[in-house]
This record gives sequence, structure tokens and C-alpha cells, in this order.
Amino acid sequence: MEITVKDVEYLAEAAKFEFTEDEKQKFAQALSDVINAVDVLAQTDTQGVQPTIYVISVKNVFREDEVLPSMDRDILLKNAADVQDGCYRVPKVVE
Amino acid sequence: MELYKLTVHEAVDLINKKEVTYQQIVQSALQQIHEVDKDVKAFITLTDERALEDSRQLDAVKADEEGLSVLAGIPFGVEDNICTQGVRTTCASKMLDNFVPPYSATAFSRIARQRGVLMGKLNTDEFSMGLTTETSYFHETRNPWDLNRIAGGASAGAAAAVAADEVFYALATDTGGSLRRAAAFCGVVGLKPTYGMVSRYGVISSGSSMDQVGPIAKNVKDCALVFQAIAGSDKADPMTATARVADYVGALADDIKGLRIGLLRECFDKGIDKDVKEAVLNAAKTLEGLGAHVEEISLPSVELAPAAHCVILSAEVSSNLGRYDGIKYGYRVERCQDLDDLYKKTRTQGFGDEVKLRVMLGTYALSAGNYERYYLQALKVRTIIKAELEKAFEKFDAVVLPTCSTTAWKFGDKVDSALAMFLADKYTAPASIAGVPAITIPCGFDVNGLPIGMQLMGKPFSEATLLRIAFTFEQNTDYHIKRPAIDWR
Amino acid sequence: MKYEVVIGLEIHAELSTQSKVFCGCSTKFGAAPNTQCCPICIGMPGVLPLINKKALEYTIKAGLALNCSIARYTKMDRKNYFYPDLPRACQISQYDMPVCQNGYLDIVVNGSTRRIGINRIHLEEDAGKLLHDQYADSTLVDLNRSGVPLIEIVTEPDLRSAEEAKVFLETLRTILRYIDVSDCKMEEGSLRCDVNISIRPEGQKEFGVRTEMKNLNSFRAVYRAIEYEANRQIAIMEEGGTVLRETRRWDEGAGKSFSMRAKEHAQDYRYFPEPDLPPIEIDDEWVEEIRRQIPELPDQKRRRYVEEYGLPEYDAGILTSSKDLADYFENCVKLYENPKAISNWLMGDFLRLVNEKNIEISDVPVTAENLVKLLKLIDSKVISGPIAKTVFEEMFNTGKDPEAIVEEKGLKQITDRDELVKVIKRVLEENPKSVEDYKKGKKKALGFLVGQTMKATRGKANPQLVNEILLEELEK
Ligand SMILES: [Mg+2]
Ligand SMILES: [Zn+2]
Repeated sequence: MEITVKDVEYLAEAAKFEFTEDEKQKFAQALSDVINAVDVLAQTDTQGVQPTIYVISVKNVFREDEVLPSMDRDILLKNAADVQDGCYRVPKVVE
Repeated sequence: MELYKLTVHEAVDLINKKEVTYQQIVQSALQQIHEVDKDVKAFITLTDERALEDSRQLDAVKADEEGLSVLAGIPFGVEDNICTQGVRTTCASKMLDNFVPPYSATAFSRIARQRGVLMGKLNTDEFSMGLTTETSYFHETRNPWDLNRIAGGASAGAAAAVAADEVFYALATDTGGSLRRAAAFCGVVGLKPTYGMVSRYGVISSGSSMDQVGPIAKNVKDCALVFQAIAGSDKADPMTATARVADYVGALADDIKGLRIGLLRECFDKGIDKDVKEAVLNAAKTLEGLGAHVEEISLPSVELAPAAHCVILSAEVSSNLGRYDGIKYGYRVERCQDLDDLYKKTRTQGFGDEVKLRVMLGTYALSAGNYERYYLQALKVRTIIKAELEKAFEKFDAVVLPTCSTTAWKFGDKVDSALAMFLADKYTAPASIAGVPAITIPCGFDVNGLPIGMQLMGKPFSEATLLRIAFTFEQNTDYHIKRPAIDWR
Repeated sequence: MKYEVVIGLEIHAELSTQSKVFCGCSTKFGAAPNTQCCPICIGMPGVLPLINKKALEYTIKAGLALNCSIARYTKMDRKNYFYPDLPRACQISQYDMPVCQNGYLDIVVNGSTRRIGINRIHLEEDAGKLLHDQYADSTLVDLNRSGVPLIEIVTEPDLRSAEEAKVFLETLRTILRYIDVSDCKMEEGSLRCDVNISIRPEGQKEFGVRTEMKNLNSFRAVYRAIEYEANRQIAIMEEGGTVLRETRRWDEGAGKSFSMRAKEHAQDYRYFPEPDLPPIEIDDEWVEEIRRQIPELPDQKRRRYVEEYGLPEYDAGILTSSKDLADYFENCVKLYENPKAISNWLMGDFLRLVNEKNIEISDVPVTAENLVKLLKLIDSKVISGPIAKTVFEEMFNTGKDPEAIVEEKGLKQITDRDELVKVIKRVLEENPKSVEDYKKGKKKALGFLVGQTMKATRGKANPQLVNEILLEELEK
């Protein structure tokens, strides 16, 4: 399986990266290498095998519906780069 | 006396006998850090003032009150992907260069509650993606045994700091073997617990279904002491709901008579350094000599573990790292045209190439049309590996294998890439994929005098057994006593 | 050509839990921005979600009320996409194992019952809110709503008109309120609806190309948007064009929908199991326990009111349209043997005042006991019907006991025959024209004379008695 520059462009769009043409080439190659290496998985017979999502048998862990104090807004927003009127600020979003 | 060279339990003895103060111990460790860290570069952030203040307070308490925990006053370090409230936590990434979490990871809190003294945050690869800390945004951590060599990755800062006696022990994370690999390369003890044994709360997610926090220590007893402190269920991490804690320190008997140990045949076939192979086989003989039944075992599916691990990790990483968008915390590009531009510039400039590759790989593996072939298939292969291990553990109390196929290599010898990581995870990925515990302990040195690690894997929640085997091995060998030969002064 | 409209709805209802679905922050509406947030619901690194048990139980409850089968094993999944209101760039939702599947809801449209299929109901988290208006070049992000539990209800494409869609939503809202899992306030965004709509020539089996409509903030908007969109699609077909698969935004002010984005490159959300949350097993016992908490639903209640209380269908429908009203009715019935009389009062002055004052039924100050007292005052002829209306209005304003009001204001009915005869004689004297009219055969004149008598007694005269005496006097 070969990852093309076009694939890289698609993946970069989905993951929100932007690359130069050189970088696209480089990532296409690096991705192809890994994809080829993991292809042993596709070659493995897994007929009738169920996927394992959770490695330990834990289930039904819940919290009760209790209100806990929220975090002080100033502390919460302290790490944000752009804050206005107690909100995170981003460039105008057009819907 | 060189207090910084002590192990945890040696230091505790001296404190209890009132021969030393907490301040002396912390000062000694700080002195060693100032002495060696310019070469080793284990730390990203030093919390020296806070450490001194902590030790002063402890001495004041100690004067009129007994009963402090064994970890009280003992200097330790924390890998920089484990959140520490009020102390910046970077994940070795430009993205989180100035991130100061308003909360602490449970594992860290548990030590802090016992009044352990944090010396600082330790270098790692960017978001744990690397083998050598070459992907760290800050610097490379060097191996105390040979400064031209890597100390491993991603938990290199943690392992090197312990090996260079900068801290008594460290908390590190392991997702595919990073804790174990670094510990092996630096000749120290490292334990990756059963998945769900230690809370992941506050640990910056990498591969969520495999991430675990564990101790890196100078010997097995210290390892057990620290593990005892951090293990157990935590309401903030639902995956810990079934954690079963044992008396790990109490389990440290110098006795493995009758224990059944499998020697993993697949590891010794190809692609392994001669010296490593010899050392691990010798170690197996030693275990046999100490009364264990050692028998060869074949687990053919473990060969698939690195590939399965690579796909699952990448998929989880691609989603986990979506939150770094420049809005709520972390790096944000100064100028952008619009929202999409903000996302792209922030993420492109904030992340290094290794992280980008990983994220794209995971995006690929989860995309429509690829999901079945890669992600779902990896989960199915995980089932096969897990089943094979479970079957092995019906017969064996532990499985012995090398931690790595080589010893630490020189910077520049290997290109740090997802593919290289994939190959290096060969022996460590199976335990991660199956969620079982694994410990690495020093078991020899190669021709260059570099440490070699032996790995012991066990069934879920069998940490006590693994620690006991490791302890017995350690009691009857002296690999762990040897320290790096570098004369720092 | 005649066309058939095919409609499917995707409804998001906020669950009325006290705390969010994955953290302990409050879900209260209307707080200052970002004051109901914590590291978990703003997606800080390393923190982990924890499922609110009640949110899951509410989802199961909704599924049972909508006749779904409940999954015995389920899990949460991640839906990945970037948007500023989604702090982790992934929404915790459910993909291939929703909690509820294969249900239905019967609705009554123009007197006939239609069964609308429910494809699935799943649990997920709400996103934050974007504030667009304050600044010209920037948008503000408020994450108070981030992590509020939602159920997403997806219907089968079984609806065939705007009217049906509207009735479906009303019926659904009534049920969700009945079972107390959501307050369903469209104006506060706790009930939201996206509409999938396509048209096809009548008789054709295959579905046409559908569009998805968003931003429908009221039942009226849903109705209008469907009408508009169906006509738009029909016009395209008539002109020989093709409908595009796209998402459209309804502009209520303009009464039009606008294309948002073409769906050709359908976004790939890369769903995968949420690795931070353990799976969920739901056993029969748990399901039954939740089933027991479901009260009698409006449909059953309506039928029972007709059978048990002999109410007309119409009355039963109105009384059961809200659980609070039905509860009120039943409280009254327990104290008073004439259900129709209660129904008349509730559907009449009671609901009129509720609407005029725009208050919740649970906030009406008139207790069932007092309403019944009022009815008994009428029965025992202590007050007249018209006076009762005045008394009720006073009760509604003050919450006072009707007897006290009657006493205080001297509203007791005049039933003293001699006294009334005196009054009536005077009325007849004062209205010779009407008396003449009546005697000429204009029976309507009697009504006028009754009215004059009531006026003279300020409504307190017993109307029956007035009638009786008037007839006697006029026949003399
Ligand atoms: Mg949804
Ligand atoms: Zn919260």
C-alpha cells in the first residue's frame, strides 16, 4: 500500500496541518513505510475473532448525578491565549 | 556521605535514626542535579525552591511527630506528561510549553500526600512519540553510562535521572514500552503495571487503552515501595475500578522455589544483540538455579504485537491530540486569517514532525474504508495475542524475555521514526497490547559496559509475583549495584 | 404530477440531570459564560470522563417510553471533528451500539393514528455555545453547555407532511416531559430538531435525494421549513432539475432555507470506541426497575379518561396533553364525582388564565381542593355560575379559599323567593317594552329580562329561580 501526496493532503486537512510540497513527499514516504510494516495485520487470519477494545474486564463504572463545584473561571481561563468577557475568543466563525 | 546515592529505604533508615535531616537529603540530591544535569539533561523544569521548602517543613514536623510515610522527604522526579498542579507540564512539546495544569495526576498526588519531595519534571519525547528524546522540544537526554548515547525514550529523563542519582526514583509512563526501554538502557528497575492498576487521571493521554504510570527506581524494593503508594482504584479513572492491591513490599521474599517461568523462544531467534541474548539466557539460568522451573515457551502471535500496538496507539493519539487547537490552553499562533487557519498554523507550528506523522497515521487507520483493515484488525489481533498470553499464564507464573534487543545506541545511529519505534517495541509491545504487567531489571552489561535489561511479564494483577522474582534475582546478583562509571566531579 | 413528501427527524433533547454527563458541573440554564466548567468539560489534557448513571437511565427510560428494545451491552464512541464549541475535538457519542433501537411512537393526525418508527436513541454530550454577535471580527466560546447530556432520537423516514412532523414533535415532547427526562424547552435549546426531507412522485418506491435542515428553533419553524423545503424541491423537480444532497439552514425571519454545505464529501467523523470509558452492561432487572418508574403515558391515560370518566375524546386529549394538567385533573376527580364538570373548568377558565399569565400548571395557586370547593358551592347553589367565574379568577390571583372570597365579597346567591319577586317586579316595571315584546311572542325578550334581573342583583340571583319567577310574572 502506498500513501500518495494526495492522501497526505487529505489527512493533513482532517488533522489540521499544513505542509509544503517537500513535507508532503516526506510524509507520504514515512507513512507508506509504516503502513507497509503494519500490513502483517491484514494478512493475519482473524475470522471469527472478536475485537478487544478494553484489555481488562471492567464495566458499569458510573458516577452519581451530583453537582460538584465547577472550577473558578479565572483559573480555568488562565492557560488560554485569548480571552474576552469570560470567554475563549476565536476568529469569527461563519456558519 | 553522598546521600544522593542512597536508595529510598536506606535513606529512610538514616532519617529514622535521626542521622540525617530531610533538608540534607534534598540538598544532596539538588547538588547532584546541579553537578550532572548539565550533561545528562534529564530535567525540563526544576522545582528546587519548592523542594527545599518542602524539606524544611518536613524537618519541622519530624521534630515533634513520628509516623511520616516512608516516601516522605524523599526526592523524586516526574515525567513531564504527568500533570502537577501549579508546575508547568509540557509533554516535551512546544504545544504545551507554557501549560500550567490547575490539577494534579492522581499518581503524583498520592506521592505528594505522603510528602514525597518533587525535584522537577523530567524530559520525554514529544507526547511520548520517540525512542531517544530527539523529538523533545527542549533537548536530548543523555545516558549516564555514556553521554554519547541515548537514554531511551520516551521516559529517558526519568530513567537517566534515577541512574545518575539525581532523584531517588521517578514516576514515568509506559504505553508501548517507553518506561521499560529507558529503564533497561539506563540500568535501573522499571515497572509497567497492569492496565487499570494505577490511575491515569492527570496523565496526558497518548494511547488511552494502554497508558500506564509506573515507578522507575534504583532497585526492586524501592520500586515496590513506590508502586504500593500509587497503585489502586481511583474514582477519577473508571478503568481502575477493578484494581486489586496487594502487599508488594511484603511480597519481596528471596524465594522463587517452585515458581514456573517461561522463556520466550521467539525473542532469541533473530535480530537480537549477542550480548543481550547471552545476558538474558544467563539470567534465566540464574532463576533456574534459584529454584524456579524454567521452560521454553513459544508465543507466535507476539510477533504481531508491534504492528497492532502501532495502529491502536496511532488511532488513539490522533483523537487525543485533537484538543490542542490553540483555544483553551497551550501554544497559539499569533496571526491567522480565520478559524481554519488558526487550527492549522497552531497545530503545524506547535507539534513536531513525529507527532504529526503519528496523528496522520491514526487518522488514516480510522478513516472510512481503512477502519476495518487497520484499526479493527489491530483490535482483533489484540484478542489473539491476549488469548495466547492468557493461555501461557495458565501454565507459567511469569514469562522472561529481553526488554530490548540492543543496548543504548549512540545519538544519530538510528533515525527516530514511527517505524524505528515499531521495531524497538518488539519485546515491550505484547504486555502493553494485552494490558498485563511487566518489570525490567538489570541483568548484565554488554561489551561496552552498557546495561542490559531482563523483562518479566505476568498475568493481570500479578505485580507481587513479578516483584518477588525480580527481588530474588536482585538479591542473588549485583548488576543493580553498579552505577555509571562517569566521574561527575 | 403529485408528489409525496418523505420526512425523517433527528431530535436532540437535553436530559434534565442536575450535573453534566461526564463531570460534576451543573447543567443549570442561564449562568454566566464558562462558570459551569471544569477541566473535564473543557477537555484539558489528562483528565478523564466519568458517566453519569442517571443520564444513562434517562436514556433507557426514553427508549422504553418509545417502545424501543434496550441494548444489553453498549459502549460510548468518539466522533472526531474540529469546532470551537467542541473542546476535545471529539464528541463522546454512540455509534454502532446505541442504548435504544427499533421503537415507535403512535401519533394522532386528523383523527387517525399513524405509527412512526424510531430508528434509535443514543446518549451523547452537548457542545458549547458560540456567541457571534458582540464583536465584528471574533466569536466567543462559552462552554457551560459542553457536556450536558443529550439523547439523540432518530426517526425512520415515516412522516409524510409538515403537520405530521409537528404532531410527532408535540407528542414526543409530551412523553419526554411525562417521564421527566427532559424539560424540552425549544427556546432554551433543550429540544432541537433537524429535519431530513425528500420528495418522490406518488407511488414511487425509492426515496428521492434528501436535504438536511438545521436551526429549527420552534414547532412553527419545523412546520414552515418543511412546507418551504418540500415546495422548493417540487419546484426543482418540475423544472427538470435535481435536488442536491446538502445541509440547509432555516432562516425563520426570511422564511427561507439556505444551503450551508454540499454533502458530496460527507465528513468522515472517524468514529471509534471511547477508550476512556468502560463498556456498559444492562441486565433485565435494571431495565425492569426503570420501566417501573415510567408513569402511565398520555395515550393510555387518554383512553382511560374516556372509558373510566366518560369524557369526550376531545377533553381527554387536552387534559392528558401535559402530565401536570392530568395530575391536577385526577386530584380533583378524587374529591368530586363529576369529571365532566372538572374538565369544563380546566379546559375553560383554568387554561385560559394559565395561558394569559404564561405560568406553569405546577405554579397555579389554586389547589385541587379549592377548585372542588368552588364546584360544590355552585352545586349547593350558594353561588351562581357567573359569580363562580369571578370567584375563580380571584382564587387564581390570590390562592385564596373560595368560601372566604364569597364571604368577604358578599357573593352569596339570592335564593329568597320573596326578595327576588320584589326585584323582578321592579325590572318588569322598568322594561314595559320587553314585556310587551314577550307577550307578542318574542321569546328572546325573556333572555333580556333575565339579564336585567341578574344585573340588578349583581349576578347573585339564582338564575333558575329568576327564570321561574319571571315566567310566572309574565304569564299573569
Ligand atoms: Mg448527535
Ligand atoms: Zn465540568
